[in-house]
Amino acid sequence: MPRRHGLLAVALALVASVVVGCGGGGSGAPELNWYVPPDNGAYQKLADRCSRASGGAYRVKVSVLPTDASGQREQLVRRLAAKDSSIDVMALDPVFVPEFAEARFLRPFTAAEAATLTDGMLSSAVESSGWRGRLVAAPFRANTQLLWYRKSVAAEAGLDLTRPIGWDDLITAAEKTHKTVAVPAKRYEGLTVWVNGLVTGAGGAIVRDVEKGVDLTPALREGGAGRRAAEVMRRLGRSSAAPTNLATSIEDDTRTVFQSGSGGFMINWTYARGAAAEAVDGGELSREVLDDYGWARYPRTDPDKPSKPPFGGISLGVGRYGEHPAEAVRAVRCAGTLENQITYMLESKETTARAAAYDDPGVRAALPMADLIKESLDQAGPRPRTPYYNDVSAAVQREYHPPADVDPNSAPRATDDLITGVLHDKVLL
Amino acid sequence: MSTASATRTAPRHKKPRKQLDHAQRMRRTGWLLSAPAVLIMLAVAIAPLVDAVWLSLFHKRLTTPDADSFAGLSNYWVVLKDPLWWTDVWTTLALTVVTVSVEFVIGFGLAQLMQRALYLRRTLRTIVLIPYGIVTVVSAYAWRYAFDPSTGFVNDWLGTDVAWFDHRWTALFVIALSEIWKTTPFMSLLLLGGLIQVSPDVHEAARVDGAGPWQRLTRVTLPIMKQAILVALLFRTMDAFRIFDSVFVMTGGANDTETVSFLAYRQLVGRTALGLGSAISVLLFACVLLIAFLFIKLFRTDVSKLGSPA
Repeated sequence: MPRRHGLLAVALALVASVVVGCGGGGSGAPELNWYVPPDNGAYQKLADRCSRASGGAYRVKVSVLPTDASGQREQLVRRLAAKDSSIDVMALDPVFVPEFAEARFLRPFTAAEAATLTDGMLSSAVESSGWRGRLVAAPFRANTQLLWYRKSVAAEAGLDLTRPIGWDDLITAAEKTHKTVAVPAKRYEGLTVWVNGLVTGAGGAIVRDVEKGVDLTPALREGGAGRRAAEVMRRLGRSSAAPTNLATSIEDDTRTVFQSGSGGFMINWTYARGAAAEAVDGGELSREVLDDYGWARYPRTDPDKPSKPPFGGISLGVGRYGEHPAEAVRAVRCAGTLENQITYMLESKETTARAAAYDDPGVRAALPMADLIKESLDQAGPRPRTPYYNDVSAAVQREYHPPADVDPNSAPRATDDLITGVLHDKVLL
Repeated sequence: MSTASATRTAPRHKKPRKQLDHAQRMRRTGWLLSAPAVLIMLAVAIAPLVDAVWLSLFHKRLTTPDADSFAGLSNYWVVLKDPLWWTDVWTTLALTVVTVSVEFVIGFGLAQLMQRALYLRRTLRTIVLIPYGIVTVVSAYAWRYAFDPSTGFVNDWLGTDVAWFDHRWTALFVIALSEIWKTTPFMSLLLLGGLIQVSPDVHEAARVDGAGPWQRLTRVTLPIMKQAILVALLFRTMDAFRIFDSVFVMTGGANDTETVSFLAYRQLVGRTALGLGSAISVLLFACVLLIAFLFIKLFRTDVSKLGSPA
């Protein structure tokens, strides 16, 4: 008998804890769930600061999503399709904003909310956060890719990187010095970033008329931009300047190559030098390599046209099915204040969508290339803004990979046809 | 429900009760007893199936709810004429045939061993069952880490430098190996159930009649075990054809290692293309039905009359 009582007590305690857990902490401030990609802990610190600043109006709990962008999208889509009320705020890659908005997974901001959330934000970040004329996510992080170079290699090759450089000159310089040009070119989202950078740099676009939904126009064959992109990729793929792992490399692999003896040039996001500095502090990298890091604007596809650096980042969406939308909007606003953005930027080593942050002395000390980043973000060439982005990107990845085998004569047309077929349910992907 | 009321009212009236012979009454009771299970099966298995068939008739995406349109059977046509579907079907078939054949041979050997072991019989059975007790995803990760060129030990042991997961056939080899390792115990347990049905007297009689070990195996043991073999092969083949976890963990479907269920997953969950994805799921279900049908035809056995094999 006593044993049975004990079991009963345990069972009751379990049930009680589950009930309390479901109630979101019982009485007191509502708990907001903020879904974020994995990071170095900066999201948690920001969440704690906003919870404290709310004066007890809400508490922010950070929930971590998978590592890669498509895994993050998949988990959020799965949850939101089931009308998950536990998603109050989500960190969204801007390429998925149109899809989430079209699916009505996001609570659009009112005009008044939008005014405060976009005030002082970089225009590229604001554009990436809207859909059909409304602000559906709040600009938060803005990121771009730079051309990173080893100063010693550039000097040896006689390159003047204070002036714009084209992809062809870059590859030639690497060949001449027996060094590499490392670009993330595995068959994944990073490859689409590269193709898009090359295509927009040549004055083209992967698709146009995105407002027509599935009837958008694939445009790689138009004006030779898709062809030019294929030529650059093929040239690098077949050059001695291609790292051996070019076709399977993601961002961190390019850093490994760049910091090795064969490193010459690298295309990577703004975090690269911060990560190298951390590695030096941790004793994993010699200081000479860090001191050899140089940076310049993204290379030109067409020698006569300014380059269009890639745009990335994070926008904050408020979940459509969350139970505390007013508090969620307040939390989003808190995350975007200049003060919080500066602190977050220094903690996370990521770059912000708030323009004034780049003028902060602390930020400028940590990010000596702050002006270049801001300039790149201002003139960035964003990836296609369509609710079918995932399919468009996967189609590009199928036809423009591996770089060495991309055929400039057939790849643009084949990709266009594949995009049309996939969007109209005529082909499997 | 009508059967329920019929049996309940039956005892009150003498006439219908007379007309019901014993077998009929047993059948009614059987239906009555299985009714709850049948209803639950209808709810959890048939309803989603009907839903999938319905969805497969539309151009439908989860994330663009305003753009749905009726597609008729065109989704099926798109799938069946796409080379990707056929590549995946062949990959799946290759994996199924190889894994089930190897599992059958090894499983039969293990079953013999378990039956004949004089000592530690229970310990032996427990040991054999361990791989089957491991969650598939966990075992898939174990095999992936073992064969990973940078962190794994397999290349070290073999003195090779193979990027196992970068090529179609080496990747499929590892996937097949992990499947075999994991599900052979299941096969051997089902076969052991059949082996137990073979009475030693029959063997003795065959021996007296001058049958050698091979003849005793092919003429006595295997025919008596036929039903257990059918169950074991049928279950494993249907399971193997739906393989998902190992592929997901080890290659993510890269390098033409994608299987049919993975293709369905990618269309449904990754692309949220509910129409096309449902069409693939329905086709996958049809394949599994076909496998079951072929097996039963091949063995000319009525599954409902099988004795409990284990």
